[in-house]
Amino acid sequence: MATHRHDENCQRMFALLSEYLDLELPAETCQEMDAHIAGCGPCAAFTASLRKTIELCREYRPQELPDPIARDARQKLLEAYQKMLAGRRS
Amino acid sequence: MERAAEIELARQLLAGTPEAFDRFVDHFRAKIFHYSRIMCGHREDAEEVVQETLLRVFENFGQLREPEHVRAWVFRIAKNACLIKRRKSVYAPQQELSLDELMPARAPGGDPMKIEIADWSGLPEDEVLRSELQHVLEDAIANMPEIYRSVMLLRDVEELSTEDTAQVLDLNTDAVKTRLHRARLLARKQIDTYLRANGQAVERN
Repeated sequence: MATHRHDENCQRMFALLSEYLDLELPAETCQEMDAHIAGCGPCAAFTASLRKTIELCREYRPQELPDPIARDARQKLLEAYQKMLAGRRS
Repeated sequence: MERAAEIELARQLLAGTPEAFDRFVDHFRAKIFHYSRIMCGHREDAEEVVQETLLRVFENFGQLREPEHVRAWVFRIAKNACLIKRRKSVYAPQQELSLDELMPARAPGGDPMKIEIADWSGLPEDEVLRSELQHVLEDAIANMPEIYRSVMLLRDVEELSTEDTAQVLDLNTDAVKTRLHRARLLARKQIDTYLRANGQAVERN
């Protein structure tokens, strides 16, 4: 793209990338970005890396687990639950 | 647990179905723990937040008007419990980061059509790399400023909507979007740095 103005466009795109990936932009802006990204190697690579970051977040499952619930802690929660239910019924 | 199953569980709990209680406790204990572990930075604090949150959840469950928003409702209580546990060093006031700091670096030589970026193409197919990157991501989230950490955990890990996240955090939706974008850019940068340090090719055009 001989007329491609890299700096100005890319900076604008850069600010909107998350909304673009979340499909939260107006259709017209979205199409502009599709067109820009299709013709701009750095923006395409960067957008792909941001998309993959979001994918990693969505599948992120922490290794560390809470300790099993103690009997008295569970009992306290159960009592609060039963009290709430009784309040709803009365 | 799928979102639909979680909502159904909330409905059963409201209706007093006996089996729902333990399933709800198990499901949300893990979720609240993961959130508060990263938000508070300390395991003991996180354990306390879990119990305090669930106690408040059960005391007030009758006030849950829309079971379809149960996840956001629980996280709002968890967020408040975390704030009480806040430690100054972790929650120092933060300014919004400038986007310029998060833009990729120009490739050496200053060619504007090239940026420095790792080769991400092995993702997400490569299982080993993906598992390593989960740790990098966890560190990145844990170390980002609190205002970004909370938004990223709720939007991208817990997959709450922008509106639900705004409600949990007492923000408007524009602030959620602004912060989410910066959070993602910060996480992306950490991952990119890791990939480059581990020999993935650099420079794209």
